[in-house]
Amino acid sequence: MGTERTIIKPTPQNPWLTIPEVDIRICLGTGGVAAGSREVLKAFEEELARTDMIAVIRPREDECSGQCASVTGTGCQGLCAMDPLVEIHLRRNGSHSQVTYGQVTPAMVPEIIEKHILGGEPIEKWLVLNGDEATEYNPFYDAQEKLTLRHVGIIDPEDIDDYLEAGGYQALYKVLTEMTPAQVIDEIKRSGLRGRGGAGFPTGQKWEFAAGYPTPDGVKYFICNGDEGDPGAFMDCSALEGEPHAVFEGMAIGAYAIGASVGYMYVRAEYPLALRRIKIGLKAAEERGLIGDNIMGSDFSFHIRLKEGAGAFVCGEETALMQSIEGERGMPRLRPPFPAESGLWTRPTNINNVETLAVVPWIITNGAEAFASRGYEKSKGTKVFALAGKVNRTGLAEVPMGMTLREVIFGIGGGVKNGKKFKAVQMGGPSGGCLPESLLDLPVDYETINQTGAIVGSGGMIVIDEDNCIVDTARYFLSFTQQESCGKCPPCRIGTKRMLDLLTKICEGKGTLGDLDFLEEMAQQVKVGSLCALGGTAPNPVFTALRYFRDEFEEHVVDKKCRAGICTALVTYSIDPDNCTGCRACVRVCPTGAITGERKQAHVLNQELCIKCGACYEKCRFDAVRRS
Amino acid sequence: MTTISTVDHTDEQGLEEQFQELLEHYRGERGALVPLLQGAQAIFGYLPEDVMKRVAHGAGEPLSKALGVATFYAQFRLRPHAKHTIRCCHGTACHVSGAARISEELVKYLGIEAGENTPDMLYTIEEVHCVGACGMAPVVMINDRAHGKLTPEKAVEVVRAFRAEVEGEGDGVPEAADEAGTEG
Repeated sequence: MGTERTIIKPTPQNPWLTIPEVDIRICLGTGGVAAGSREVLKAFEEELARTDMIAVIRPREDECSGQCASVTGTGCQGLCAMDPLVEIHLRRNGSHSQVTYGQVTPAMVPEIIEKHILGGEPIEKWLVLNGDEATEYNPFYDAQEKLTLRHVGIIDPEDIDDYLEAGGYQALYKVLTEMTPAQVIDEIKRSGLRGRGGAGFPTGQKWEFAAGYPTPDGVKYFICNGDEGDPGAFMDCSALEGEPHAVFEGMAIGAYAIGASVGYMYVRAEYPLALRRIKIGLKAAEERGLIGDNIMGSDFSFHIRLKEGAGAFVCGEETALMQSIEGERGMPRLRPPFPAESGLWTRPTNINNVETLAVVPWIITNGAEAFASRGYEKSKGTKVFALAGKVNRTGLAEVPMGMTLREVIFGIGGGVKNGKKFKAVQMGGPSGGCLPESLLDLPVDYETINQTGAIVGSGGMIVIDEDNCIVDTARYFLSFTQQESCGKCPPCRIGTKRMLDLLTKICEGKGTLGDLDFLEEMAQQVKVGSLCALGGTAPNPVFTALRYFRDEFEEHVVDKKCRAGICTALVTYSIDPDNCTGCRACVRVCPTGAITGERKQAHVLNQELCIKCGACYEKCRFDAVRRS
Repeated sequence: MTTISTVDHTDEQGLEEQFQELLEHYRGERGALVPLLQGAQAIFGYLPEDVMKRVAHGAGEPLSKALGVATFYAQFRLRPHAKHTIRCCHGTACHVSGAARISEELVKYLGIEAGENTPDMLYTIEEVHCVGACGMAPVVMINDRAHGKLTPEKAVEVVRAFRAEVEGEGDGVPEAADEAGTEG
């Protein structure tokens, strides 16, 4: 804004006092913590304290003369499969080496310190990344380009100075000093950025709408949607845990563009770690004058309030989310009017997803063209995908849009676990669908994936292998949407229940061919008869399953067979006496005592007692338990 | 879910003071119903009838509406809740990686159904949709801590270790649970 006020360029309050010779960065994302990274961090601190050669410092607080090490907890480093991940930088004699250890346990820490940190020799067998040398994990990293997650996994998300040191809040400074709101909107429009929450609506256009609507009392709202409800998606969770300030900065830039003075972050209560780091970050940003009144000394004021979601998937839908902030049941309402015209408390409101906002500062800093030069046709820039399920290298990967599914799943993800056969990739969660092997060479962009019947959605990719049943997977999603339907529209409320009943019937081996047609018809009704996207897209998992895997459905209803052995009613276990060694392993795990037999003699399975849990099948090492 | 385990629910006067503070904090604020319910639940562990009435009053809403909201969201509980919450994640990644078997084993180990409390009010087990640790599937969360890459056996092991930690060595851990599912 062109006023006489002096706008103060944000800088770290406590610049680093010491560049540590040994720099240890440990993944403290939800995945890392689940794998035990807090214990690893503690072990590093304790073990380093024991070596009198090295002093552990906080580079911003302690000065250090001799050898010094810093130990930092970061957000998600990406390769969750190998968590806890520990990245170690050594800066000695003018050179800098960087390696990453995977699946680190506290017991490994003393050896890492002795051989690598003190001795200078990395322990290769534990390395995931080894400088420029190729490892089997390089493909996971090499194809990635991190714009959204540019600082995630590198900096300490609980230290605002870390973000500032990395250039944080400079984009907001640029906006406040050099750009008009219209220029900001134009920049985002030209970048081609589209909503990363699922719908893929052009972000700049959305801002333009919200900027254009008048407000009776000068109040407009800017909301960050962090109600990441798709089961199987965790990119927003990781972005918030790994670098909450990037999201605040994106919100402030957007608020400046549309003229909003109040912002809300709506974040799932199921993400305690993200909530904690948002609270820490917000407080720090407010103290530094980066969020709040007269940001950086300018005329622009923008306050952010945190709202914890209370556990309702439907609140990811923008009108339901606003209802929830207003303290109501989170039920979607008819659009128009769109939130841009009449949103939260009937004021013009803009809502963007976490990932969308996290990349905004990057676009402002690097320019719309830099973002638009990446990506594919109408899907520009990069997108974060959450790889999970039966894939070797589970984790978060940010890649340019337009990469093929095969490149993501087999290149970055390293293919299917345990040498199993690929069956499908589930994209877009409960609003998406399962795509078969034959479609893996399609590029990942909004338009192409929509044509398949699935959606890019928020970017969850769950790999399903031959041991998973496609009917069961469809049933899983319907049970999800049925539970999460808000109940407003009968086609969704009752229709999803009836669809679930039909799918359960098929899984239980009681389905008929007619049921498949009925299921399809019902899905069509739910699709057209529902107000919001939850109901409108709830049938997608069924549509795609029937479209690409109809044979598996027919097997269930005609042959009464589940080839994956998941639908227990359609499975029989038996023991092959020729292979059975009489080791009694299956006898021990059988919960109902259905298996009997003497040691070293072939065992017998009593079908009357068998509950088909499959425990014996999993346990047997001699291929003697048969599933049919 | 915020800090249930750290609040001393036996100190009635302390709880009342906290509740008063909460009501005061949100006095006159629009849209305060949900955070009031969340705050009250964090204090009392659940939402007893008299608390519901006072929350409704504090938010300036009829009790019927407060109840409508409380029953709409999965987070709110109208019945007492055990001290520690064990959440079995049933997100997609966990589902395809065998979450159902893990739930089964834990239910068997604790001797309660999902959604129930153990009789000593120490543990409850919930089946939830996605805790955001999909890369580590299948996952079980004990209070705010996630445990990943589980098998049914490992899940029981993790819960048993947690019990040993909070209850002291082996206290109250049923013998039979050691070999979950061995008797006929």
